[in-house]
Amino acid sequence: MNKVNGRDREWEKDLTVALLLERCKYTFPLIMVKINGKYIPKEKYKDTLIMDNDDVRVIHSIAGG
Amino acid sequence: MFKENKEKQKLLTSFEFEPGKVEKGYTDRRLYINLSENKIEEKPIDLQVKEIFTGGRGYGIWYLWDTVSSKTKWNDPENEIIFCTGPICGVTQYSGTGKTHVVTLSPETGTVNDNNVGGYLAPFLKFSGWDLLEIQGKAKEDVIIFIDGNKGKVIIEEVSGINPDTYLLAEKLTERYADDEKDKRNISIVSSGRGAENTNLGILNITWYDVRRRKVRIKQAGRGGTGSVFRDKKILAIVTKYAGVNAGSNNAAYPELLKKAGQRLTKEILKLDHIQNGMRETGTVNLLDHMQNYNCLPVHNYKFGSHPDAFKIENKVWHQRITQNQAGDSCWMGCAMRCAHAVDAFELSTGPLKGEKVLVDGPEYETAAGFGGNCGCFDPNFILEANFYCDNYGMDTIGVSTTIAFLMECYENNIINKDISEDLELNFGNSKAALELIHQMAEGKGFGKIAGLGIRQIKKILVEKYGADAEFLQDIGMECKGMEFSEYVTKESLAQQGGYGMANKGPQHDENWLIFMDQVNNQIPTFEDKASAIRYFSLFRTWFSLVGLCKLPWNDIEPEDNKRKYHGLQAAKVPEHVENYCWLFEGVTGKSITPEELILQSERVHNLQRLFNLKMGFGTREHDTVPYRAVGPVTAEEYESRSELYAQQLQEIIKFDIKGKTTEEKMKALRDYREEQYQKLCDAVYKRRGWDSNGVPTLENIKKLKIDFPEVVELVKKYQL
Repeated sequence: MNKVNGRDREWEKDLTVALLLERCKYTFPLIMVKINGKYIPKEKYKDTLIMDNDDVRVIHSIAGG
Repeated sequence: MFKENKEKQKLLTSFEFEPGKVEKGYTDRRLYINLSENKIEEKPIDLQVKEIFTGGRGYGIWYLWDTVSSKTKWNDPENEIIFCTGPICGVTQYSGTGKTHVVTLSPETGTVNDNNVGGYLAPFLKFSGWDLLEIQGKAKEDVIIFIDGNKGKVIIEEVSGINPDTYLLAEKLTERYADDEKDKRNISIVSSGRGAENTNLGILNITWYDVRRRKVRIKQAGRGGTGSVFRDKKILAIVTKYAGVNAGSNNAAYPELLKKAGQRLTKEILKLDHIQNGMRETGTVNLLDHMQNYNCLPVHNYKFGSHPDAFKIENKVWHQRITQNQAGDSCWMGCAMRCAHAVDAFELSTGPLKGEKVLVDGPEYETAAGFGGNCGCFDPNFILEANFYCDNYGMDTIGVSTTIAFLMECYENNIINKDISEDLELNFGNSKAALELIHQMAEGKGFGKIAGLGIRQIKKILVEKYGADAEFLQDIGMECKGMEFSEYVTKESLAQQGGYGMANKGPQHDENWLIFMDQVNNQIPTFEDKASAIRYFSLFRTWFSLVGLCKLPWNDIEPEDNKRKYHGLQAAKVPEHVENYCWLFEGVTGKSITPEELILQSERVHNLQRLFNLKMGFGTREHDTVPYRAVGPVTAEEYESRSELYAQQLQEIIKFDIKGKTTEEKMKALRDYREEQYQKLCDAVYKRRGWDSNGVPTLENIKKLKIDFPEVVELVKKYQL
């Protein structure tokens, strides 16, 4: 099991950050990803695996109305 | 327009004044006009008022409070329409400093309303020598108020028989009052239109002259029917003329601080805007794609959060339609955001200007989402035509589109039939009928007479005259306090439901926009977290309106490393921009200010505005109730559209066993839970704001804020639990 933005999510084998964003439909271009508090640069999304029990934060920098 | 009407033009009165002396951002005087008595006066601004209410909306709310009684109606002569400037207003070294804040009693809500709007009015007014323009009374015939800030003269002229619609009027008035082409940049006009006369959804258009295009441009004071008050007073236009704006016009205490803040922000905008929000390319309409992708785009009267046809009105469509790289797209001098975009040479296909090629100011996100998504008309040409005519007629694109979406749902549910709609087929997606209705609303004809009343009054008519189900209309009629919702689906964001419901003037997002922070980022999971965010952000956003600023340069651009340097809510506050604001305030006024003191300035005004609602009979808990459509699925169709999500919530959060349950039973369980959550949120927010459980500011709180004036104390005492 993982946490994604504090919510439980079934862990998947070989799940990268890029795949997670796709699965969650997080399409917003300005996001910041942290795994267990560690910042993941955008260029590493495709190579960074999410492990079981990882706490993932995907923060959208959207200002809104 | 004016040449052929000369016999109908008459000078009513004039007034001479000493041209402006701005000292550290303030003039400390207000221009008072009474149209019933043809009286023009200079009035002082008391030092105590300045210290407690800071400026801008704070001044406006205080002076309106002081003027009207609890019985005053929006269309009574004693109601005022107050145009406010703030101390930072007019600074040319920083982006987004040209805002006018307008305060009046609203025809929609019956209580105090505030708008903020771009264009050159407020800076011109201040540099002419006035912190406020306060207009009371009603003229007998249409008047133009002309303020010449260089010559020190105010003229009120009667001008009956002129079409009040903005597009042609603003062009003609700019020509009439400018000495030559170059002088047009020194003119700013306030006007409205027929729609403001014939509906409760009237807006004000405020102009600036786009030197590059050689066209008059407009921004709107949109919500709550301010334009209807303006036309009810028979004001055709206010013309302000001022030449000589420069970087020193505010006589700032420490200009170097303005320069420091301005350079820091401008560098960010120029470097980062194209990879952040693209405000310089399409402006606020960039939000449309994101709202669609995250299920927050209102579709079919907020039933759904996305639609397969939304791609037809997505950001790249507007990028192609909007003329790019126009220096004139800054609605005040020196603004690097340049987000006031326009579509040039748009050919109108309906209405009084059919066949004309016009400049359409916009569309903003709200207009595209309201007419496109909410009315189900995913057609850019329709959106532009509706945008143009609403502006031209002086009607609020948000109020109008939300009202039409509501009427469409009523029509599709046979609550309204063709007998009632006078043959308009108001199905979702019928853009032709929607445009016809807009014209009817503006002219006060046909079904437009009912539509122009706004949702709250329409619901009453449908129930009382046509036997409609009051509870269903309450659930789907997207208004709160009498004002229509702006264009976001809030079902999955409790914080935004509260942000709308507990906003002082009604459900407009300018007090709070917390959807992503709450629904997507899940940064404010507890009631206390949500309450803290609602309190902080509503106060922070209020501050812009006290000092004359635009909200957009605060967080529609942010430093490159903001999210890495700061975390959670702290990052959302954009601390370096808050620091800029402290520099700006100190730089102009000479008074050092901390971020906490800035919030305190807002808290005084925010609480007074809540108390103003109370004075007018609206400021208690029951008036913070939102329609259930804002909270959860009203119909089975809505529930089924996201049944997987709702089923998960029912089982995992509510612990409701859904096996063998009907959709209605599941909807009821969900509704009971969500309505209870909303009430708990109200409790948490009231507590955090220092209000009692009925939503009334406590005596202790008003004393702490130093707004414990005798009449305030007397009012609060009546409501103490």
